[in-house]
Amino acid sequence: MLFVDEFRNPELIQRAVDEIHALADPKREYRVMEVCGGHTHAIFRFGLKGLLPPNVELIHGPGCPVCVLPMGRIDDGLELAGDPNVIFTAFGDMMRVPGSKGSPLESKARGADVRIVYSPLDALKIAQQNPDRQVVFFAIGFETTAPSTALTLLRARGLSVKNFAVFSNHVTIIPAIRAILESPDMRLDAFIGPGHVSTVIGCRPYEFIVRNYRCPIAVSGFEPLDILQSLVMVLRQLRDGVAKVENQYNRVVPWEGNLAALRAMAEVFEVRPYFEWRGLGFITQSALRIREAFAPWDAEQTMSVPGICVTDPKAAQCGEVLKGVLKPHECKLFGKECTPEHPIGALMVSSEGACAAHFKYAVT
Amino acid sequence: MCLAIPGQITELFADPHDAERNSLAMVDILGVRRKVSIDLLQDDPPGPGDWVLIHVGFAMSKISSERAAEQLEMLAMLGEASTARDELFDGMTNIE
Repeated sequence: MLFVDEFRNPELIQRAVDEIHALADPKREYRVMEVCGGHTHAIFRFGLKGLLPPNVELIHGPGCPVCVLPMGRIDDGLELAGDPNVIFTAFGDMMRVPGSKGSPLESKARGADVRIVYSPLDALKIAQQNPDRQVVFFAIGFETTAPSTALTLLRARGLSVKNFAVFSNHVTIIPAIRAILESPDMRLDAFIGPGHVSTVIGCRPYEFIVRNYRCPIAVSGFEPLDILQSLVMVLRQLRDGVAKVENQYNRVVPWEGNLAALRAMAEVFEVRPYFEWRGLGFITQSALRIREAFAPWDAEQTMSVPGICVTDPKAAQCGEVLKGVLKPHECKLFGKECTPEHPIGALMVSSEGACAAHFKYAVT
Repeated sequence: MCLAIPGQITELFADPHDAERNSLAMVDILGVRRKVSIDLLQDDPPGPGDWVLIHVGFAMSKISSERAAEQLEMLAMLGEASTARDELFDGMTNIE
């Protein structure tokens, strides 16, 4: 287990922390966004903020797919679940996420047939086992998850399963990063890039960040040492006045990504003209819908999806927190009306959400 | 949600529509056996004994046993190992 110990080795961690302190110019502030919710969770869990100089600030990004889903899409899904002939399937992460009329779990309590699945393939299997029912899979996630949905649809077509449909809520990470970089109230110095999304898309798609915005980025693993090393990488770039894409997680992430995954996504999905993100508003070309060739398995093409639009509760400041303008505890509802037991916003539901992580681990 | 779990391949199963290639594998994930798809690795197919990173029932990349151990320990430290295990049990309908 030498390799594992390496990532926890206090000496190596101390060396990375020392280098971060040496690289951070006390005369300036550094705002570094970790894009991925998995990183947000790890940063809080391991207390990494406490190791950093006060002028190096980590901003939590939009990379929690549950957190950026607007309430209307959950309401839409639960409308489909309301049909007594429908078996509604979703990942466990989704179950407690509130729509405007409650969560999937509350729908289940009211009698809807809502089931947790670990994989979209499990949802397909439920459809095969229940030929007289319509099975809907509530698909959610970035490029880490979208290839799995795509392959499940290819399989459904191959097996001619007719009672299976996907309600696609897949989003893509690059347009969200661009929207954040274009946002007038944001100022970021560098990015920690998502690890597992990058196993699919590779590192090339991040090149626009360095080219157009002169903003360094390091694609990072999830170990404490990974995240600290990635910080060292971007702080070195900032010291040297350069901007490039670095791959700290190259033991897992190939520079070109996973071509089989990209092929499956391209075959099944096309880019939507625009899609609403919770907290970020409408972002053009930022989400995936199912191509017409797969229409028989697309809930949006074969079932009546109402297209509900719901504005977030006024008092909740999820949007500002999601963009990093506010810290979780600066929201008026944090820890009062909104807690992990009674979440008002999705950021408090998912373990990858900034508010839930802050509530659980942070000392404010 | 974006975390992946390592599993070790114990057996491969041929694609029902294409006997030339394998599309499913039995893996051992944290002591739980289940079938996962290996279609995402079709450009570099894994074999029995190989470790793979698994996300929502699909093997996403091949990894070394050292990296698998590192990832498992990280999940345990994040408090995610039991969640990951529960999720596996949630969907224990076997994929054929």
